[in-house]
Amino acid sequence: MNLVESRTTTTIIYIILAIAAFTALFPIALMVLNSLKTTPEIASSPLALPLTPHWDNYTHAWQGAKFSKTFINSAVLMSMTIFLVLSTGSLTAYVLARKKIKAWKVITAYLLATTTAPIQLFLFPLYFGFAKLGLINNVFAVSVVYCALFSPFSIMLLRTYFLAVPKELEEAALVDGATPWQVFSKVYLPMVWPGLLTVALIVGLYTWNEFLIATTFLQASESRTAVVSYFLLSGQYSTDWGDLMAGAMLVTAPIVILFIFLQRHFIEGMTGGSVKG
Amino acid sequence: MHRLFVIPTLLINVSIILIPALLTIVLAFYRWDGISDPTFIGFANFEKLWGDRIFWKALKNNFIWTAIFLVFPIAIGLLAASLLLIIKRGRTLLQVIYFLPMIIATVITARIWQGMIYNPQNGIIALLNQYGFELRDPLSQTSTALFGVAVVDLWHWWGFMAVIFFAAMRQVSQEQIESARIEGANYFQLMRWVLIPAIKPTIALMMIMTVIWSFLVFDFIYIMTQGGPAFSSEVLSTMAYRKAFYELDVGYAATSALVISLFGLTAAFFYIRIQNKEGVE
Repeated sequence: MNLVESRTTTTIIYIILAIAAFTALFPIALMVLNSLKTTPEIASSPLALPLTPHWDNYTHAWQGAKFSKTFINSAVLMSMTIFLVLSTGSLTAYVLARKKIKAWKVITAYLLATTTAPIQLFLFPLYFGFAKLGLINNVFAVSVVYCALFSPFSIMLLRTYFLAVPKELEEAALVDGATPWQVFSKVYLPMVWPGLLTVALIVGLYTWNEFLIATTFLQASESRTAVVSYFLLSGQYSTDWGDLMAGAMLVTAPIVILFIFLQRHFIEGMTGGSVKG
Repeated sequence: MHRLFVIPTLLINVSIILIPALLTIVLAFYRWDGISDPTFIGFANFEKLWGDRIFWKALKNNFIWTAIFLVFPIAIGLLAASLLLIIKRGRTLLQVIYFLPMIIATVITARIWQGMIYNPQNGIIALLNQYGFELRDPLSQTSTALFGVAVVDLWHWWGFMAVIFFAAMRQVSQEQIESARIEGANYFQLMRWVLIPAIKPTIALMMIMTVIWSFLVFDFIYIMTQGGPAFSSEVLSTMAYRKAFYELDVGYAATSALVISLFGLTAAFFYIRIQNKEGVE
């Protein structure tokens, strides 16, 4: 908005926005600060700076939560989920964007409906069904569940990228005798990669942070994710808050670093579809 | 050929969501412990639910939760978005800061608040007590537990609303805003007559999603209070989860899940209608 505001108005606006920023950052700052303090130091004041940075907290948390194992589990789960969502989702997004089949409307409505279905609506039969098939603690089975959960919004997001590809390119390729698969893989896929990257980031974030499915389906200590192992750690020693904040830092840091560098992709991906242009 | 393209998505979605969802509807009419053979009991689970004090408490809490989230995040989001629209410098930075809580795992967010803010031994509450405020851990009181959790969810959520509303407001035409200002409209008039009407579809969509999400709320409550103390912060999803996995009353859990879905479904109907209008270009 290019309007001349009075200096007082501008100051007031900035003060309100700064208070909002402070509110958002304050708990995060508490985590960073207290991850380097001993429990007595935290108890005397959560706001004070650490006397000497207590890096031990990080090794305690790393070992206590068995992060060397669970970080790998989370990373494997994340990669499999991203791969599944991108491979199955891009195909569907292409078909829906170009209305290649008559049922495109029904499929779109069905996928939208599943995004609003509560997890509890399908969780119980799914759990006991997986238990019967011996799929509890199976990382691949959980990545399939995540694929079902995250596909619908991924497809809707990818669809907009497919829509942006000029139809003439497809027509030209068809004239040259390309098969439908070649049109998809050689013409479209190279053009929608920013969409694929955005979806990969969002799906990766959601998988890394997900709690309900992970805690229900991956219970054995060898198959737990980082977030669940942190949850169990914080249930055990709920008094050593220095260690717990260090553990929180370890789980959060990779995500925050990635977010700061690729914030545009994250924000566009997570808010995509909500703004009617 | 193109039909083959949608098969992987549909196969996964139908086997993970649709079939188990249909089984849930069937299970609501059975007594089942998850292991032995289910017994058909007709509407007995529904009758039990009707007479269950905790169910009514949980349902009431879901409505309170919905009301809180229909008002606060949307109001704060609209305020922050409109102010971002007025300023010239720092928009991107502020947006990133507001968005940050949204990307942190709920388990982490919950533990930061429990340990660093609400904790009466070493949190901000303890600090305030030293200065003479008589505050207690809100999560330990039946009268405040639900609100204690809601504040944390609100902290993690409002920035998302702000960013969405800001993106929508940026698409409002400059001339419209400027001509309103030239005619001497103040901030409230500008909001009332220009900005809010212009982004009404986005606000409507967010309100529908808020209703859906409020009936699904699980993580923060399960992690921070487990629905306690004394079921004071219980919601339908935590109740259903406990019934299925702690009390192994899977049929009853399925019945509660059906009720959750019923509320979500009503909102979802409007959601799909809005979204499909967009889809048919």
